[in-house]
Amino acid sequence: MDESLINILNSVVANATPLVIAGIGETITERAGVTNLSLDGSLALAAMIGFVAALTTGSVALGLIAAMIAGAVVALIVALAGIELRQDQVAVGFVLTLLTADLAQFLGQDYTRIPGPTLPYVPIPVLKDIPVVGEIFFNHEPLVYFSYFLIFVTWYVLFHTRTGLSLRAIGERPAAAFARGTNVNRQRYLYTLIGGALVGLAGAAYSLAVKPGWSTPPVMRGDGWIALAIVIFGGWHPFRVVLGAYLFAGLRSLSSAIQRSPDIQIPLVLLNGLPWLLMIITLVLVSSGAIERLLQIMPRPLQKAMRGVLRSDPPAALGTRFDEG
Amino acid sequence: MKNRTLLTVGFALLPIIASVAITALLIVAVGSNPGDVFVAVTEGAFRDSRAFAGVINFWIPLALCSLGLIVTFTAGLWNIGVEGQMMIGAVFAAYGALFIDLPGPVLILVEILLAMLGGGLWAALVGFLKTRLAVHEIFGGVALNALANVWAIYLISGPWAPPSGGTAQATAPFKDTAVLPAISPEFPVSLIALLLVTATLVIVSFALSGTRWGLQLKATGKNSRSALLLGVPTTRSAMSALIVCGMVAGIAGSYRVLFTYESLRPLVSGGIGFLALLVVLLVGLRPLFAVIVGFAFAVILAGSTRLKVALQLDQSLAGVLQGFIVLLVLLSNGLRQRFTSDSTSSETPNTTTTVEIQRTQEHG
Repeated sequence: MDESLINILNSVVANATPLVIAGIGETITERAGVTNLSLDGSLALAAMIGFVAALTTGSVALGLIAAMIAGAVVALIVALAGIELRQDQVAVGFVLTLLTADLAQFLGQDYTRIPGPTLPYVPIPVLKDIPVVGEIFFNHEPLVYFSYFLIFVTWYVLFHTRTGLSLRAIGERPAAAFARGTNVNRQRYLYTLIGGALVGLAGAAYSLAVKPGWSTPPVMRGDGWIALAIVIFGGWHPFRVVLGAYLFAGLRSLSSAIQRSPDIQIPLVLLNGLPWLLMIITLVLVSSGAIERLLQIMPRPLQKAMRGVLRSDPPAALGTRFDEG
Repeated sequence: MKNRTLLTVGFALLPIIASVAITALLIVAVGSNPGDVFVAVTEGAFRDSRAFAGVINFWIPLALCSLGLIVTFTAGLWNIGVEGQMMIGAVFAAYGALFIDLPGPVLILVEILLAMLGGGLWAALVGFLKTRLAVHEIFGGVALNALANVWAIYLISGPWAPPSGGTAQATAPFKDTAVLPAISPEFPVSLIALLLVTATLVIVSFALSGTRWGLQLKATGKNSRSALLLGVPTTRSAMSALIVCGMVAGIAGSYRVLFTYESLRPLVSGGIGFLALLVVLLVGLRPLFAVIVGFAFAVILAGSTRLKVALQLDQSLAGVLQGFIVLLVLLSNGLRQRFTSDSTSSETPNTTTTVEIQRTQEHG
């Protein structure tokens, strides 16, 4: 395979990683019936805090932990407001989007454009020597491998364990889950916090790996909304969410390749609009039922296997609150 | 009864005091003095008549957007796309300013009408995605905001670049006949814009409280399904609410280019549309309150532009304070509803789930 193509695909995997981690985090939260809309701001806040923590302590690990705490704290406010105080989750999430973005800019004002620690490259022995695949998937920093792990663990737990069954139940039929003895609201807190911590980790994946450092406006501006759209495009299924993340990262790599190419003359600024066009198109595809129609033209045995992946309905109780009787 | 009043006042004041306290702590955290910040912001807003004009210049587009958003919130819609509608309004007005040759007053009228057309069209796209293609207005709006900015930057850096060479910073300054006149050089505020805000306030208040259309919007916003069953054209209501909001946001955008900048710039909306969403979240669907609270927010916003010069502090502090105020007000609303006994709460809890639980318990 062409060397430059392999390099591009390698960078797609690296660039998609924050979207994968944030998308999976939000998938977990929304599967439990809570919407954390604050991603576009909380990614920035976590990125800033992670970077500053790593810079001042000299420890990348502490940076990652600080970023996860930041993401979890924002998620805790969403959960508190939505579950305990019965406020509209969308309203609180939107306010937090703006607030956390401004907080990141204000508190991080003395840390812009300075070099800091980054995650080390850790090619995986043996696996990295597999032709093509090894170069693309196993020649990265650790968070990329963590994202692979996260995808499979989330999928396995969601669909093949008792814990996952109860997680999905509190998002789909909270009353039924409650009747079966599940503490709906306590579980919702738990999964909102886990989801938020993952969003925080995704923020650190920018500032400590993909786009090292901190700047205003932050490099990931807009990515929070794209991650939220990817969750919808992904039909709240980890595998499809990942597909969406790679699709968006792929489009970005493609447009930067176009910018470098001397043959194609498209104004650079217009290329910046492509991800947003793709966002609209994917959401139209999902909500018009086009993806679910794919099921009907598939051979029957495949239909059964693919039903879980291709469904596109949101969790039935998403964004609603549950009052324990 | 007296206790109740105290409680109400307490719940209204507490979040504001708490937000100021948190913001003060954050100022200390970055090594500055909250007292100095207060002085700088006050000076930035009220130093002299020109500074105060700066407040009015933020307040005008903010008040317009808030009024527009009250219309969409009444119909139950989250018009996050208001930023983009402002930007397209600005782009359309800039087209008039750059390429249309008419005598002054007529040209300004044409520019404002173009801005309304542009903002309305951009909002109609959100509405089309929402009502025909089932794309939630938040996501349609966010994407269209980004696309509006991409389009504006493309125009500034390419086709509309100033003859001296495009730097993607701004178009050439508009001709004198194309921009809104100021009341006086000492108090640079546009009288036309002030009249437009007043007219919008009156029209929106009346339309929502005294017309059939307003009633239909309310019905759509409260319960879209039952409204439809009762014969309310919910799709048309949603669409018309968005278009009206887009037109008003378009005027706000035109003000930014025809008065504030006198040229088209990237991100010309400057976050004012988002700030207007915060204002409406704070005051609810009350047009007069939105205009008043919008003024307070404009004071914070205009005052904080001085922070960089006076104290080398980032002006995002304004957003931090405003964000905390709205967040804590929402949280304290929730607390108050808990305190003033749940049974009298005007909200209806999720009755179906309660019924379901009861049933399950009976049979289980």
